[in-house]
Amino acid sequence: MRSTLIIRTVARVLSPLVLTFGLYIILHGHLTPGGGFQGGAVVATGIALLMVAHPPEYVRKAFRHGVLNVVESGGALGFLGMAILGLMGYTFFRNTIANSGFLLFGEGTPYGINLGTLNTGGTLPYMNIFVGLKVMAGLSAIVLLFLLSKGGDGK
Amino acid sequence: MIVEYLPQQFVQNLPALIIAIPLLGAFIAPLLKKHGRAAAGWTVAITGVAFLLAILLMDYVRASQGGMVVYVFGADSPGLTLPSGYTVPVRIMFQIDGLGVLMAFLCTLLPFLAAVYSVGFARKETGLEKYYALMMLMTVGMLGMVLTGDIFNLFVFLEINSIAGAALVGFRNYRGEAAEAGFKYIAISAFGALMVLFSIGILYGKYGNLNIAYLSGVIEYSRLDLIALGLLLTTFALKCGAAPMHHWVPDAYGEAPGSISMMMVISSLSSLYALIRVCFILFGGIVISLPAVGWILIIMGLISMLLGATMSLIQKDIKRFIGYQAVSQTGYMVMAIGVGLAVMGDPVAMQTYGRNALTAGLFHLINDAIYMGLLFLAASAVIYAARTRNMDEMGGLARKMPYTAVFFLIGAASIGGLPPFSGFASKLLIYESVFAFNPVLAVVAMVTSIIALAAFAKQFAAVFLGPPLSNLKRVRESPRSMLIAMAVVAFLTVLFGLYPQLVIDWLVRPAVEAMLNLAGYGAWGGA
Repeated sequence: MRSTLIIRTVARVLSPLVLTFGLYIILHGHLTPGGGFQGGAVVATGIALLMVAHPPEYVRKAFRHGVLNVVESGGALGFLGMAILGLMGYTFFRNTIANSGFLLFGEGTPYGINLGTLNTGGTLPYMNIFVGLKVMAGLSAIVLLFLLSKGGDGK
Repeated sequence: MIVEYLPQQFVQNLPALIIAIPLLGAFIAPLLKKHGRAAAGWTVAITGVAFLLAILLMDYVRASQGGMVVYVFGADSPGLTLPSGYTVPVRIMFQIDGLGVLMAFLCTLLPFLAAVYSVGFARKETGLEKYYALMMLMTVGMLGMVLTGDIFNLFVFLEINSIAGAALVGFRNYRGEAAEAGFKYIAISAFGALMVLFSIGILYGKYGNLNIAYLSGVIEYSRLDLIALGLLLTTFALKCGAAPMHHWVPDAYGEAPGSISMMMVISSLSSLYALIRVCFILFGGIVISLPAVGWILIIMGLISMLLGATMSLIQKDIKRFIGYQAVSQTGYMVMAIGVGLAVMGDPVAMQTYGRNALTAGLFHLINDAIYMGLLFLAASAVIYAARTRNMDEMGGLARKMPYTAVFFLIGAASIGGLPPFSGFASKLLIYESVFAFNPVLAVVAMVTSIIALAAFAKQFAAVFLGPPLSNLKRVRESPRSMLIAMAVVAFLTVLFGLYPQLVIDWLVRPAVEAMLNLAGYGAWGGA
């Protein structure tokens, strides 16, 4: 069954915006409200929109359940790995990258009122990204299972 | 002391590792899709390592000053609770004392045995990688609940424990009843979790902190705090399966696969731990002048004992039968702890029998976890072999499954309070200590024990003795891994019955000291 013209058009216009907004929330998790979970849920919403708008055989080809599972586990393991980084001399969950001068997210945090520097935060942005991956993959896998389950449009 | 010979860095981070390693196991297990045996081996290894870490942790806590270890997550060093300039603790921390160590011992031992049992028991199921991942996640939830020193953290781990538990209860989703039991469990868990969250909100709004040690120092006798106490008390009583909130227990325990029933027992007991923590430490300052709280627990305990024992008599499903007996056994612990709580404000009574009641309650907690686990494992082995849950359709199984029959008999004798098994030792302690408080309690406890013994004698005879039934001709003894797990639990049941003093000195007494050491628990809290 094909979706209606309205759904297809709205999905075409909205899904890039939704996905970008989700990624924005994930990446700015350490500066603005929201974070990995919220951003991941927004990205998954965009993916759900794409899944609904496209025919099932196309969705089945584009999103593989096995791949989503691996991404989900990978996100969780990455999160745990960032926490374990702290065990090198400090404690579990110690933010070892913040203010260390490391290339990504390791810049020193400026003091006082400012607009927020993206390249700070140490392990926090990494954790947000990993949680975002996990939530995005997990929620998408759920929607995919419902969409392609027997009795649905997937046949 | 073993920990003296290990690197300091490793020993100091034990509280984090004991959580991190099962978590790592749970995240890797889903990758072993379609490799059920590999997932099983991985889980046995991970839970085994967790058990060894729990033993080391016990040693570390014992060797530490004041019998307590504080681990601050994300700090520069594990013991840095109040960095310079701070007057109240802000970071999430684990605070591990004798009571936490006792629970950590059980919360790692039973999942390990459940994993060993599952190797043979669950091999024909599908989706095994999810089963084992959830099993390790549930272990993490229980361990976190019993080790944490932060009340919001307690809520998070309670949720992990409940959600993983509910998914496992409904794991055999091809059985409609299992899905129903899982749904029932998640519904009551969600309801309970909301009540916990609400009371945490009350405490956070009022005191602006979530640390148990800090809160225990500032809590006051006000209406708002009493509402929080009531909500926490009710929720944890609900989650530990005390009557009159026991209705989910027979469903959840009965429908879960056998290994998971054993884990559900310890999961309920970690809620009982949370109840103890809330009453004795978090609200210890006001509960000491509120004997009514103790009496509430005593009455809940009495109802649980009688209701569980009598309801079990009319069950036909072997696991529902044991599930009702589990409610009855929870009643013993709740009652003994209630007696300790009711006399907390009276130093003389506390010294003469209050301490003994608490010792008896905690000793019974250990024994209950172990022989209930044994009974569930043996009953599931019977179901696995006979392919029926109805005890009327079983008979003469002792000829076909002699080992399983012996293990079931050991469990039944222990729950019935026969010497020399572990149930006898702890029940005798309970009778003695609660008799001094109020003889009626001891009488009810004894009557319940007799009912349990009679019920198990009847069911054992019905299931295992007599001529073999024609529909059970092809029954064979359980696979080896199931027998090994049952043998270990049965051995512990006999060991704890023969040498109760060993367990009491090694595990229970430090735990009772920790329960009553309110001043020591909150000493560094900065209040």
